[in-house]
Amino acid sequence: MTALSPEDWGIVALSLRISAVAIGGAAPFAFGCAWLLARGRFAGRVVLDALVHLPLVLPPVVTGWLLLVAFGAQGWAGRLLADVGVTLMFRWTGAALASAVMAFPLMVRSMRLSLEAVDVRYEQAARTLGAGPARVFATITLPLAMPGVMAGLVLGFARSLGEFGATVTFVSNIPGETATLPLAIYSALQVPGQEGAAMHLALVSVALSVAALLASEWLTRRMGGNRGL
Amino acid sequence: MGFDALAGQAGLSVDVEVMRGATRIGVCFEARGGVTALFGRSGAGKTSVLDMVAGLLRPDRGQIVIAGQVVFDSAAGINLPAQARGCGYVFQDHRLFPHMNVRDNLLYGWRLAAPDKRWIGVEQVCDFLGIGGLLDRRVRGLSGGEGQRVAIGRALLAGARVLLMDEPLSSLDAPRRGEIMALIERIRDELAVPILYVSHDAGEVSRLAAQVVEMD
Repeated sequence: MTALSPEDWGIVALSLRISAVAIGGAAPFAFGCAWLLARGRFAGRVVLDALVHLPLVLPPVVTGWLLLVAFGAQGWAGRLLADVGVTLMFRWTGAALASAVMAFPLMVRSMRLSLEAVDVRYEQAARTLGAGPARVFATITLPLAMPGVMAGLVLGFARSLGEFGATVTFVSNIPGETATLPLAIYSALQVPGQEGAAMHLALVSVALSVAALLASEWLTRRMGGNRGL
Repeated sequence: MGFDALAGQAGLSVDVEVMRGATRIGVCFEARGGVTALFGRSGAGKTSVLDMVAGLLRPDRGQIVIAGQVVFDSAAGINLPAQARGCGYVFQDHRLFPHMNVRDNLLYGWRLAAPDKRWIGVEQVCDFLGIGGLLDRRVRGLSGGEGQRVAIGRALLAGARVLLMDEPLSSLDAPRRGEIMALIERIRDELAVPILYVSHDAGEVSRLAAQVVEMD
């Protein structure tokens, strides 16, 4: 494989940074939603479930446009953020928000499945041994669910690396700021004679995706091993 | 060996009633020391009684007293959570934590127990149960008999004021059964902790128990 140019490396680094911030920021919320859906008994559960899955079924361009409506200069969230000096539009932070929203359902799904797979009988045993609810969560539930939680993070990371539609709609395609791997590949394909550059970036994309899938597969396998009594 | 901390106040008094589906489960008994057997066909609700004593299942009405402390009283509105009841529960399926080794399983409850509630040490438990050589093993590699010994040790180390045993022999082959049975007899005779023992096997019950509570 021919070497990547400094610009190509810049695109890869930007993509990794945007995805890392997106997944790091979304992780606590995704885990909270997964917990509520796996263990919670409340009236709005079905509604929350539907909302969480919405980005999975909506056209990404619609999700991007809704983000634009909410977080744009005239949007309610955009104005709130502007008051504290934060702008997301046309910034890499906006790209991170878009890919976080798009990766959210995948993360919640994997975390929820792993929480549901934790056998409550272990939690009961821990309680009879003197552990209160917080300690049961920290020493039993979370460690047993951890491989699935990690798999969710890895899958979400991979998904956010590939994010295109919502990102381009919300923050446009600005080299060095919001032009992540897929956007840069798309741009290269618009210019005659740039197929070589597109090919390099596409190969990087494939390599990152394969690595992420292998990692999540490995983590899921470990979870299976933890389940049996 | 003297376990003075338990002497004099050991005991268990249970008078509870609960509806499980369409069946009513109700028992009333007092257990002083030694082994008290809950005996009856499967489906009679024996395990539910252990769950109620341990605080894993809430009775519809009644009272439970462990070592002189009221842990449940529907009339007085008392319902201590499982973690405050001091019951050493030995489950039928041992329920050792799969992500910890044997040592961390044994110490799980011991670390949580207040020092004045602990009445037996790790070394003593390992000698008594013959599990000193297993400490660094993963739970998954244990045989059925080894798993059951570790589960008993884990319950004792948590400072159990009463041992709840749910058919601890049922998942073992015949030779292991004899071993664990002899071990339970030694716990009965040498440690001052009362045992509530669930079984549907008349042979086990007549060999171990001083008192039998029949359920049907």
